[in-house]
Amino acid sequence: MNDIFEGLVAAALLVVTLDADLVDITLRSLQVTMTALVVASAIAIPLGTWLAIRRFRYRRVVIAVMNALMGLPPVVVGLIVYILLSRAGPFGVLGLLFTPTAMIIAQVIIITPLIASITHQAMRDLWAEYHDLLISLNTNRRQRIAALVWDGRRTLLTASLAGFGRAIGEVGAIMIVGGNIENATRVLTTAIALETGKGDFALALGLGFVLIALALVVNLSIHWLSRTEREGRW
Amino acid sequence: MVSQLFPVTVKDVEVHRRGARLIGPVDLTLENRGITVVLGPNGAGKTTLLRAMHGIERINGGSVIWAVPPEVARLKQAYVFQTPIMMRRSVADNLAYPLKLRGAPKAEIADQVALWAERIGLADALGRSAPQLSGGEKQKLALARALVASPDVLFLDEPCANLDGRSMREIEALLIGARDAGVGILMTTHDLGQCKRLAEDIVFIIKGRVHETGAAAAFLEGPRTAEAKAFLRGDIIE
Amino acid sequence: MIRVVLAVLALGLSGWMALAEDFKLAVTTSFHNSGLSDVLLPAIAEDTGLNVQLLVVGTGQALKLGEAGDVDAILVHSRAAEEAFLEAGHGTHRRGIMYNDFVIIGPASDPADVSKAETAAAALMAISTAQVPFVSRGDDSGTHKKELSLWAAAGLDPAALGGWYRPVGAGMGASLNTAAGMNAYILSDRASWLNFGNTADLTLVYAGDPVLFNQYAYLPVHPDKNAAIKHEAALRLEAWLVSDRAKALINEYKVGGETLFVFNAK
Repeated sequence: MNDIFEGLVAAALLVVTLDADLVDITLRSLQVTMTALVVASAIAIPLGTWLAIRRFRYRRVVIAVMNALMGLPPVVVGLIVYILLSRAGPFGVLGLLFTPTAMIIAQVIIITPLIASITHQAMRDLWAEYHDLLISLNTNRRQRIAALVWDGRRTLLTASLAGFGRAIGEVGAIMIVGGNIENATRVLTTAIALETGKGDFALALGLGFVLIALALVVNLSIHWLSRTEREGRW
Repeated sequence: MVSQLFPVTVKDVEVHRRGARLIGPVDLTLENRGITVVLGPNGAGKTTLLRAMHGIERINGGSVIWAVPPEVARLKQAYVFQTPIMMRRSVADNLAYPLKLRGAPKAEIADQVALWAERIGLADALGRSAPQLSGGEKQKLALARALVASPDVLFLDEPCANLDGRSMREIEALLIGARDAGVGILMTTHDLGQCKRLAEDIVFIIKGRVHETGAAAAFLEGPRTAEAKAFLRGDIIE
Repeated sequence: MIRVVLAVLALGLSGWMALAEDFKLAVTTSFHNSGLSDVLLPAIAEDTGLNVQLLVVGTGQALKLGEAGDVDAILVHSRAAEEAFLEAGHGTHRRGIMYNDFVIIGPASDPADVSKAETAAAALMAISTAQVPFVSRGDDSGTHKKELSLWAAAGLDPAALGGWYRPVGAGMGASLNTAAGMNAYILSDRASWLNFGNTADLTLVYAGDPVLFNQYAYLPVHPDKNAAIKHEAALRLEAWLVSDRAKALINEYKVGGETLFVFNAK
């Protein structure tokens, strides 16, 4: 219990003094995760929606694979991305290993199935509701996806936030592909792992509280932004 | 405006689901004589017939032939479902949607939205969320959304189920207005009173097959078959 | 115009690169946990212009990173593994830099009387006789390899030890945390131990056997692996690591009043 109190004190100190290292790794955490989130959402939302409205032969297989990928351990993703990006691997010449880009790639792989799966479930329900109307109105596939995505945007926001939560708190994969290099690829979670390894629980917890606060701020501000629309909810 | 889509011919149409025949074979030719009511007991296949004619129900045999090519016919139809499907948008955006799909100019969309909102008494509620409207308001909005893109043919499935008298009167007034403007209307109803008030023609179906067709007055006054007589009397028919 | 901008950009970039050239060095957790790197890296940047980026991993992973050509050099402490690395042609050569020592950490009450042992092997024998909990790194790291060699010297097979022997498969810090939680014995390098914050009821119970000395060596990765490997910089860093400045910084580095490393580069 004492450790938790010390952690809170450490967090408060870090924040109040605007510790330069803390600001640096916090901004990097945000940059990596936000970029990954945008890329993953751009892939996952159309994919999930498409899977909800399209009937094709291997649809169930694709959905099962997607759901299984959701449970993929980040460490495994990290290892695979490491092997691909390693100088000895197929994409080695790009020199991406141990860069924030590598961390973004790993996070995209980790959260895309999650966002796509939640999107698919939400869009399946909305499609069941809209199906007759949109068919009757003679919409083409693109128009259907657009209508579902637009009208389901609140649920999709929730899906994206779930992805954000998983990405911002992820450590296994980005530790491997980022390398936790100070001033280059160190982010909040890898810093926490490092401090825990050193037995400095207070600082580790302090960083943990900063991470929680960051996740809260992002969640609240996105909800607040979406609420400033004309009406509270549909 | 006179609809170009009629006459419509339903030829040997059958719809099967899970091995059971829902309707058919149905043979039917309809001219545009205003409002045609499809009448029949529960489970007779009224909704299926309407959906098959509109082209949103896969048919397992036969064909529905309009007077114009199918692609054209499809664009000139609208359908109001028994449970109104409200898009999760505002009243205004619901009204605008069919016009947007057609790429109508912004000014025209705004005019039409204002016009139809006024007609259905929702001019003050343009910004309200459609799914939060009352049952009667939803039904009126669904009807207005169907009419906003000026269809030649309008299908309605039980447009007044579970509505109070006032909403029913408003909806019937809108239907009569549309008919007078030349829209061919095909609808189902449970309500014999509504049928008497609106129908020009009747299609009476039992067990998925057309049993009797004809002018409403003649059918309602003197049905030819025993089943139709029993139905009009209020007997239970399977 | 664009050409000018590009030229200025290139100039600026090359100038910046000359100012601080990024250099990737894989080091072991124990080296990093000692805190010595915080002293050495700024001095290296100052003297050589190299911005050394540390990849803090276990010895096994450090060797793997070198093998894949993902780092420019490695600094590890596992003689046998280093020689195998060189033999396979992954590195150009091996240079001993400094040593520290391993210590045995255990509960302050010392239920196995390890503090009375004459040798490291005898200490482990005492733990095994008393059947008290012992945490092993179990991660194929340099420290783990050292521990295995000590068990072998004591004539014991770790795989055949009882339930009190607990390989945790984690880094030094995490393993120390586990040992603190279980109040168990553990083999640690002195640096990690002195820098460790969460000591709980643990204390240093045995040290001093020469077999516990822990030699750190620097191995530049072979430049044939890929064009991105900075061999020239690796040699520059090596020259610095064996310099008098490095010697002074290493020998004078103290934690809690204790010297951690002894410079012994030749």
